[in-house]
Amino acid sequence: MDYVPHTSEDRSEMLKTIGVSSIDELFSDVPSEVKLDRKLNLPPAMSEFELMKYMSELAGKNATTDCMVSFLGAGVYDHYVPSVVKHIISRSEFYTSYTPYQAEISQGMLQSIFEYQTLMCELTAMDISNASLYDGATGIAEAAMMSSRVTRRQEVIISRAVHPDYRRTLKTYAHNLELNVIEVPFEDGATDIEAIRDLISDKTACVILQSPNFFGCIENMALAAEVAHEKKALFVACVEPISLGILTPPGEYGADIAVGEGQGLGIPMGFGGPHLGFLTCRKEHMRQMPGRVAGETHDDEGRRGYLLTLQAREQHIRRDRATSNICSNQALCALAATVYLSWLGKQGVKEVAELCLEKAHYACERLSSLPGFERKYSAPFFNEFVMKTPVKPEEICEGLVKANILGGLPLGRFYSDLSDSMLMAVTEKRTKEEIDTLCRALEGLV
Amino acid sequence: MTMPLIFEKSKPGRKAYSLPELDVPKKGPDLLPDWARRKQPASLPEVSEVDLVRHYTELSRRNFGVDQGFYPLGSCTMKYNPKVNEDIAALSGFNSIHPYQPEELVQGALELMYEFGRDLCEISGMYEASLQPAAGAHGELTGLMLIRAYHESRGEGKQRTKVIVPDSAHGTNPASAAFCGYQVVEVKSNERGGVDLNSLREVVSRDVAALMLTNPNTLGLFDENVVEIAKIVHDAGGLLYYDGANMNAIVGIVRPGDMGFDVLHYNVHKTFSTPHGGGGPGCGAIAVKEILAPFLPVPVVEKQGDLYTLDYDRPQSIGSVKGFYGNFNVMVKGFAYIRSLGAEGLRKVAETAVLNANYIMRRLKEYYHLPYDRHCKHEFVIDASHQLKYGVHTNDIAKALLDLGFHAPTVYFPLIVREAMMIEPTETESKETLDAFIEAMIKIAELSKTSAEKLQTAPHNTVVGRLDDVTAARRPVLSWTPPEE
Ligand SMILES: Cc1ncc(COP(=O)(O)O)c(C=O)c1O
Repeated sequence: MDYVPHTSEDRSEMLKTIGVSSIDELFSDVPSEVKLDRKLNLPPAMSEFELMKYMSELAGKNATTDCMVSFLGAGVYDHYVPSVVKHIISRSEFYTSYTPYQAEISQGMLQSIFEYQTLMCELTAMDISNASLYDGATGIAEAAMMSSRVTRRQEVIISRAVHPDYRRTLKTYAHNLELNVIEVPFEDGATDIEAIRDLISDKTACVILQSPNFFGCIENMALAAEVAHEKKALFVACVEPISLGILTPPGEYGADIAVGEGQGLGIPMGFGGPHLGFLTCRKEHMRQMPGRVAGETHDDEGRRGYLLTLQAREQHIRRDRATSNICSNQALCALAATVYLSWLGKQGVKEVAELCLEKAHYACERLSSLPGFERKYSAPFFNEFVMKTPVKPEEICEGLVKANILGGLPLGRFYSDLSDSMLMAVTEKRTKEEIDTLCRALEGLV
Repeated sequence: MTMPLIFEKSKPGRKAYSLPELDVPKKGPDLLPDWARRKQPASLPEVSEVDLVRHYTELSRRNFGVDQGFYPLGSCTMKYNPKVNEDIAALSGFNSIHPYQPEELVQGALELMYEFGRDLCEISGMYEASLQPAAGAHGELTGLMLIRAYHESRGEGKQRTKVIVPDSAHGTNPASAAFCGYQVVEVKSNERGGVDLNSLREVVSRDVAALMLTNPNTLGLFDENVVEIAKIVHDAGGLLYYDGANMNAIVGIVRPGDMGFDVLHYNVHKTFSTPHGGGGPGCGAIAVKEILAPFLPVPVVEKQGDLYTLDYDRPQSIGSVKGFYGNFNVMVKGFAYIRSLGAEGLRKVAETAVLNANYIMRRLKEYYHLPYDRHCKHEFVIDASHQLKYGVHTNDIAKALLDLGFHAPTVYFPLIVREAMMIEPTETESKETLDAFIEAMIKIAELSKTSAEKLQTAPHNTVVGRLDDVTAARRPVLSWTPPEE
């Protein structure tokens, strides 16, 4: 199948207008020695029905969280996505549009970006938000590079309790820019803030902590911010937006930049993407911020309107001196987050966070009462916690699959000294019954 | 009429959400220490569900997508986005899966990624792919990181400090080079719109890490000297980066790998029809020659017997450029597109895209200045120099097109053409649509002579008129603040 509308008559008329006898002539500038002299080696084309069948078969080879009960988290959470979100982002006026370069016919997207920016500022209690970044991992890298530009310093301190994928991404970016990445150890699941004091210097561009961190522990962000600011370094807070329904937001503990993964805001887990990188900051750093931004303005007749602004920071104007190379971002995911947060509203965001908190603590308590299981760390947590297991967590998870449960995430592959532990997440979707079933299944396994 | 913001529709106590009742014994305040608790709730809007739906439906009506009309935005390949691919990508088996599920439970997803990567290698003439980059610019940065890793592995990392970029290149090329720690050296275009070989020879030396090239370039012109260009760079020990934004012009006809390039990125959200989502998400998959494969980001999807796995054990890997494996849902759509079209369908894409572009170009040549008069590929650049004498600029032409129901071309890019308009029709547009656009462009050319002022104040039929961008940048208002009580 293809989507080309031309009849052979159309084609010959057009060739005639152009003044060539064949389409091949239009490719006469391609040197013949490099032209492909065969057909591409691809499987035969499919009709729409055959395609749907083939792709459904592939989809069917995945075990989904619609059929299994999941306790997996680690940066990607099984929250409920309300129907309104899917319906709005499925409006083709939105999803088949490009980046809103022509503002007059893109007010829909531009206004929704402006609303998104406002929502993210509210949630994080920061001044300024961009229109999105690729994801949480690249968000951390962008925040580190932004800090380096603001402070003109080349050293980044990051806690080992930050998501391992985020740290690996940061190091990959940092290598090319000769940014020196220093990792701080953790103690009892939370960052050793005294160790930051020992490592920080007037070379430090920023200190990066995540809260709740990779282990689910809530960090003492206010103290870490204080330590960073004593040396005039920026404090970068990596946060989970749903948790901000009840947890102290970055703006209140002195963060200069807040970043994170916004998948929880109405975006499917989708095997890890597309998700939503968000970044908010204090006003004074606005012009060093990466990514697109929508701003409010008006037309000749005084009508309010929105457009992409502060473009002098961006690659299409500033080229090699831009604040980031990002061009396409995650706009449709940001729209999903906008609709989701408006669906929740002031009360709902608190309520969903409370449900996660209560259910996770119930699960933690129940699990800890099983012989051989105990919570590994003592710091307060939100909806995720590390469980020490009596037998290898990989074996436990394998056993749970037979009971149709996706257990936690075995941590040995991320931290060699945590091969006896797994990370468990509980969202508002998990019921008491599911948690109790998990416990019974575990009893049967050990 | 001013369109209210969602915040301006808020009323305390209204709600759209519904959540399950708490079914475990409530612990309440005990669960969090006071210092960790939020004191001031986030002021999110409080609206009913129907008002929420009407608000965003109304906003969608203030937006223009490919489904609304012709979208000849050059360099962006705004082709039709097949509906079946949306339905496929919405399948539960592709959405309700966690990236850390055990590999045995996501074999379908891994198989799809593996097969998609193989297809991308075949289409580009490359050896191995990585699907991790989230967009074109991200692919550029990743590709350059591989090039850096390659030079470092040969002990030439310190010596090779420069990346050559033509003056016609997209802004992300120099920006990506800079974010990979390279110094950008610009090379001039010649009178045919290609890379000027003499200028290139002057800047190529042992301190060059790579040349980044878009071919066909941003003028829509195929650089006939590509083999010679590759030789000049390779002879000096540099590598060649191919910006694949314009792959729509050449799929099935010529392959970057065969032209001599060592790495390319695809814009899956252009060439392979996945919708652009109002700015993203995209997929900037890269494919490389064998010499760069050891450095690819982890994890790499591999096939062992009948089992698909994620390989993290690549000692020379640059690391990761993103969380997890890339924008998977976009890959699903891109893969569905490739498999539905097959080899012949893909070749037809390029042929028709090129036919359509040349057709418009020939017909507009009489009315607009065509700075490079030769066969174009999938797009071409004209400029407003004929209209300038009436005081009509490219921006005026673009805005007038909006009034006539079309999206505007890409304007003021590439930078080497003054008052540029870059027109890319794509292969999915019928002759009737192209003719209607041509008529509109001719009408605007006529209007510039007779009623310049009408064009200078366009658009007139849109929900807002031209917006004041100077004030917006000087005194930025980037979020809503409630009016003072
Ligand atoms: C020639 C060219 N290169 C690179 C890019 C960057 O791609 P993306 O927006 O996917 O990051 C674009 C996108 O407009 C482009 O046109």
